[in-house]
Amino acid sequence: MKRYSAFAIAREALRGHTGWDRAWGSPQPKDRYDVVIIGAGGHGLATAYYLGKNHGVKNVAILEKGWLGGGNTGRNTTIIRSNYLQDASAAIYEKSRSLYETLSQDLNYNVMFSPRGVMMLAQTQHEIRGYRRTAHANALQGVATEFIGPQRVKELCPIINIDGPRYPVLGALWQPRGGTARHDAVAWGYARACSAMGMHVIQKCEVTGVKTEGGKVTGVATTRGDIACGKLGIVVAGHSGVVAEMAGFRLPVESVALQALVSEPIKPCMDVVVMANTVHGYMSQSDKGEMVIGGGADGYNNYTQRGSFHHIEETVRALVETFPMISRLKMLRQWGGIVDMTGDRSPILSKTPVEGVFINCGWGTGGFKAIPGSGWGFAELMAKGASPLTAEFGLERFREGRFIDESVAAGVAH
Amino acid sequence: MSTRLASGGRLLDRSKAVDFTFNGKRMRGFAGDTLASALLANGQTLVGRSFKYHRPRGIVASGAEEPNALVNLGQGPRHEPNQRATTTELFDGLRATSQNHWPSLEFDVGVINNYASRFLPAGFYYKTFMAPRPAWKHVFEPFIRQSAGLGKAPKDRDADIYEHFYAHVDVLVIGGGIAGLAAARQAGAAGARVLLIEQTAHWGGRAPVDGAEIDGMPAAEWVNDTVEALEAEENIRLRRRCMGAGIYDHGYVMAYERLGDHDPQEGLPRHRLWKIRAKQVVTATGAIERPLSFAGNDLPGVMLAGAIRDYVVNWGVSPGDRTVVVTNNDDAYRTALALKQAGLEVPAIIDARPAPASPLIQAARDLGIKVETGRAVAKVKGRARVEGVAVSAQAGEGAALQDITCDAVAMSGGWSPVVHLWSHCGGKLVWDEENAHFRPDVARPPIGADGAGFVRAAGIANGAMGTRDVLADADAQGRAAALACGHKRRKKTAPSAAAEEAAPLEPVWLMPQGAGAALRAKMWLDFQNDVKVSDVQLAAREGFESVEHTKRYTTLGMATDQGKLSNINGLAVLSQSLNEEIPQVGTTTFRPPYTPISMGAIAGEARGAIFQPLRRTPMHDWHAENGAYWEPVGHWRRPYCYQRPGESVEEAVQREVRNTRENLGLLDASTLGKILVKGADAGKFLDMMHTNMMSTLKPGRCRYGLMCTENGFLTDDGVVARIDDETFLCHTTTGGADRIHAHMEEWLQTEWWDWKVWTANLTEQYAQVAVVGPKAREVLDLMGGMDLSAGALPFMGWADGQIGDFKVRVYRISFSGELSFEIAVDAHRGRAFWDALLEAGAGFGVMPYGTEALHIMRAEKGFIMIGDETDGTVIPQDLGLDWAISKKKTDYLGKRAQERTHMTDPDRWKLVGLETLDGSVLPDGAYATAPDSNANGQRNVQGRVTSTYHSPTLNRGIAMGLVKHGPDRMGEVLEFPRTDGGKAAVKAKIVSPVFYDPDGEKQNV
Ligand SMILES: Cc1cc2nc3c(=O)[nH]c(=O)nc-3n(C[C@H](O)[C@H](O)[C@H](O)COP(=O)(O)OP(=O)(O)OC[C@H]3O[C@@H](n4cnc5c(N)ncnc54)[C@H](O)[C@@H]3O)c2cc1C
Repeated sequence: MKRYSAFAIAREALRGHTGWDRAWGSPQPKDRYDVVIIGAGGHGLATAYYLGKNHGVKNVAILEKGWLGGGNTGRNTTIIRSNYLQDASAAIYEKSRSLYETLSQDLNYNVMFSPRGVMMLAQTQHEIRGYRRTAHANALQGVATEFIGPQRVKELCPIINIDGPRYPVLGALWQPRGGTARHDAVAWGYARACSAMGMHVIQKCEVTGVKTEGGKVTGVATTRGDIACGKLGIVVAGHSGVVAEMAGFRLPVESVALQALVSEPIKPCMDVVVMANTVHGYMSQSDKGEMVIGGGADGYNNYTQRGSFHHIEETVRALVETFPMISRLKMLRQWGGIVDMTGDRSPILSKTPVEGVFINCGWGTGGFKAIPGSGWGFAELMAKGASPLTAEFGLERFREGRFIDESVAAGVAH
Repeated sequence: MSTRLASGGRLLDRSKAVDFTFNGKRMRGFAGDTLASALLANGQTLVGRSFKYHRPRGIVASGAEEPNALVNLGQGPRHEPNQRATTTELFDGLRATSQNHWPSLEFDVGVINNYASRFLPAGFYYKTFMAPRPAWKHVFEPFIRQSAGLGKAPKDRDADIYEHFYAHVDVLVIGGGIAGLAAARQAGAAGARVLLIEQTAHWGGRAPVDGAEIDGMPAAEWVNDTVEALEAEENIRLRRRCMGAGIYDHGYVMAYERLGDHDPQEGLPRHRLWKIRAKQVVTATGAIERPLSFAGNDLPGVMLAGAIRDYVVNWGVSPGDRTVVVTNNDDAYRTALALKQAGLEVPAIIDARPAPASPLIQAARDLGIKVETGRAVAKVKGRARVEGVAVSAQAGEGAALQDITCDAVAMSGGWSPVVHLWSHCGGKLVWDEENAHFRPDVARPPIGADGAGFVRAAGIANGAMGTRDVLADADAQGRAAALACGHKRRKKTAPSAAAEEAAPLEPVWLMPQGAGAALRAKMWLDFQNDVKVSDVQLAAREGFESVEHTKRYTTLGMATDQGKLSNINGLAVLSQSLNEEIPQVGTTTFRPPYTPISMGAIAGEARGAIFQPLRRTPMHDWHAENGAYWEPVGHWRRPYCYQRPGESVEEAVQREVRNTRENLGLLDASTLGKILVKGADAGKFLDMMHTNMMSTLKPGRCRYGLMCTENGFLTDDGVVARIDDETFLCHTTTGGADRIHAHMEEWLQTEWWDWKVWTANLTEQYAQVAVVGPKAREVLDLMGGMDLSAGALPFMGWADGQIGDFKVRVYRISFSGELSFEIAVDAHRGRAFWDALLEAGAGFGVMPYGTEALHIMRAEKGFIMIGDETDGTVIPQDLGLDWAISKKKTDYLGKRAQERTHMTDPDRWKLVGLETLDGSVLPDGAYATAPDSNANGQRNVQGRVTSTYHSPTLNRGIAMGLVKHGPDRMGEVLEFPRTDGGKAAVKAKIVSPVFYDPDGEKQNV
């Protein structure tokens, strides 16, 4: 892999950019790999990367039915934060956030992690109490957050309307090192690094069956032929239920469409990420200048990758109220992704009833921020059979009632 | 130089001059102009700067597809960035400024990016700016952000208003060109209710400009006649300036009507969002012309051939004195003819086809225009605008054969049907080899609830080329749409037009065919985002083989025009680079809206005070008039406290608590949920909903009940009163009323549908007042009418009766620990009752109190609060509420869940009281630390504060909390670290959660 740098660009500029390598290969599937990962979204790719980097497992294929990064990884609003309430969540999200800090350098790919700060507005007394609690929890978890007053909110984000007639802003939970990153770059950076380690990222390769023998996995059937494997990681987000069924087990997961939209680009007017949970909407401004806006999930299960318009309406209404200046901006584009929701809205990183099959899913509306941490922990789980980062996220928690419920901390969980 | 022609302009009213400014310069146009036509008429060919390289940009198109001519419009609260000049109708006083440059449009420092462009190819930013690490946030990113973006951000609250409209129709026809008119005409004749919408201010689309004849008359005349006839039909509605924005599942369509943009007026809505339910949708959305990829095709003065024709014919504007036409199809010849007819020079038509022949080509030759076939524009000359073109063979590498001096170039790469709306909801496309475009695949339309297609494309939007075919297709689609909704009243004869003979188009994706690297780096695909042919080729080389990857890597098609001009051209370059066929590479997904729509329109009327419905209790106004410090609770607002002049919120709360404990307090409890549950199985049903046994409750009695989710977690609480054998009234929390009602209904409708139970949410039917304090009985006795002695109405009883003039229902329940009567009256009597209580209470020191006093008093008594002590992870057993869990029942919602291992774990945190050693108030939400850290390096904890207040009654801090093994650890001291900057942790002792009147002597009197 040729390294990327300003110098490399200058060198290539002088020869018409003809010398760049492919970012990742386009290999033919081999008959067998030690590990097969289904799903080349961020979580699948990061898992493969840390399997290679941390555990020396490099005979790995990542199978993707479409194009890599084309699932929710390429559709999300890229908010990165770790101000979660429960210990298990804070641990994995903070690990993830801290990996994001150096991910560009680690991958030699600019993923544009920008710790511009994330604030979650408190607009009811109930939210104030909730966020004060989160701030206390975070302090003990090693997550830097702080509860700030309305004046500080206004200083950090001048376009916000703090004294709206219905829900004046009473304060906010502020995580200064939260932020955003470029979603495609995260997928591409990991894919390039995996490819450079000799792993196979195989696109347009849909898994259609999981093969087992005596309760143990032996391989998968795909649209590009059968592939044998020692271990199998299922990392397919919205389609987890479908693939789990192929392996013969069921999941406490529902799939619903979650939507987002962007405005036309304008000159910079908002430096931080703001989430307003009472009125239900959140917004940030991308480096391109678009206001990136996310809203609610549909109330019914589906796989359409488009959602109902009334969610867009509800979200925009909330944000026009919170940021009155956006009223004269225009919505450029709206889209949806299929998110995998568990009963407690926390992810599943777990062994499964089938030996050798591991599952990583349930990130729902908020797993972009978790990509590096999830990959790190899940790789450890797959390589060693256990990881402190994933210990609480096993499937058995639903049977035991040991939920990891974040509903206190976030109505909007992105 | 572009200029206004002395005559012509079918849309202009030359008798009405319109004054406007551009970058402060005063200019003049006519009524009927768009901002774009008026700018051209005033010789303004430079209108903006591109996104990345800040290259000079001129107007390219004449409609919604325009990528370049975006301006800031208006000022202050009416300032709007990124307004497309081509779709902005001119009005008197319009003020526009150009965007994305500094210090000025003519001299822009950002153009340095242009000179450095070879160092800034597609995706360069992924490859650099990585070191030193902090530089990304502090240096590189701020710089990128500043130079990106387009228009200026508005600063003020929008001065305009917006509204929503709802419409239900049989057939919605989108697009008011001849196809839309023909389809609406036939669908209407069949008897369908038709809505026909057109995004511009004019009917007829391109046909009047192209000079076709329909039914033996000029197209413009046919259009006028048809519109008149349609307007006369009562089942057909027509709207101009109304764009089909998006098609959603089940025939749901969003349309965007611009009511005030062309004529801003105070007090009238600017935009209107139409929410349309249509049984059938006909998309007669026309086609968009494709640019050609030759070097320098982005210079101001290079325009789409069809657009140039529009400017000449519609607005009497010449884009240049000498226009070279370059094309791969016949249509552009019409532009040459139109220019010639307007008296302008056309030095040559450069036709990439080797030897095309058709009547149009002949007509051009007959007018003396030089037609150069098999030729290409090798490059456009000029720096800030077109000065000439170098002509080469299309087949070669671009060796110049000849230079032609000109000041405008009209280009045409063929036409692509507008398939956006067809595609929004899942309609599929096919590649049409002959015309080199994607068109709707009629076999795979968007599917409605009945499994049949509900969208049809019509006319050129459906791939029909030429007036005759367009009309025939649209007529048939209109008829079919009406039939599909069951209408077949009449059938009109289809409008007819003569067949046109045309030479076939030849796809040209690169001009010239063999252009080398230097030329390819000057061929623009996406004008706004600065994506060139070389960028797409680089992406393909680097392995971005999926069209989605290429789009994202290069930003092709991601600008405000969403690739209306660039997508197909980019796709063709990509497929050539990959050696694949275009249809195999496929398109990116078309997403709504068709063109950007204002956030204001989406939000509609809901802003400010009416942002959400406001629920008001009958006493709301009294609260407002008496210093209420409001707290939003759901859609209600409740007084947190009533502030008196000179008093702080905290002081008011403390005063209210003290007064209630000492004298008499009134609480407006009307917001509490009141759900009536009735029927033979009502008792059985409530036994399932609650953890307690409700079926054994006697009429006339009340019981405090708990409700859990299926997962066992406590979700709501409230007092249940049994009215009679078959009737219960369940109180819920304020926030829980709607949720619990829905929860009950869900179980009734999905699980126990055969039980005889009915529910009704009566929350707003009653006003309810809690009369609380040692003097509560005295004041009610003074009002008279009812025996409220402990003997007549004991604690946890209720009775109907009369107090003063009021018919009341009195519940003897207490959430404060004081003697308390909760009294319900009919809602319309609420305010009068409240006033009567205040009057009667005057001598007893009556004082209303708010939610915070309520919270403090309940905490002093050790009562839990849903949302404070519970958070979705707490079961009743954690809160010492085992007494409220019936041991006799075989089942209730949550019972099984509460038997799971984690729920019965003895290590669960349990409710206790907490008392700081120094009497201070524990910080809200603080955690009690335990020794050491866990495997992830987090500090171990053993409990947390759930409620914490300063108690005016005890004059010290009191708190409730959940602590591991808490009830077994009375007297132990825990440490709660602070987060407010204070260093030393707060120390607090574990105590009983009941701080006040543990034996209930105050309430049971
Ligand atoms: C609108 C929206 C906004 C969001 N906003 C945020 C946010 O702001 N912050 C945040 O942290 N998170 C956000 N999220 C959530 C986040 O996007 C996801 O949690 C995360 O991207 C999931 O990554 P993944 O790798 O698990 O899934 P994906 O990226 O969806 O990858 C799964 C992959 O599996 C592939 N696949 C499926 N079935 C098969 C098969 N049979 N064979 C082969 N391959 C298969 C799919 O094609 C896909 O590429 C948002 C999500 C959406 C939809």
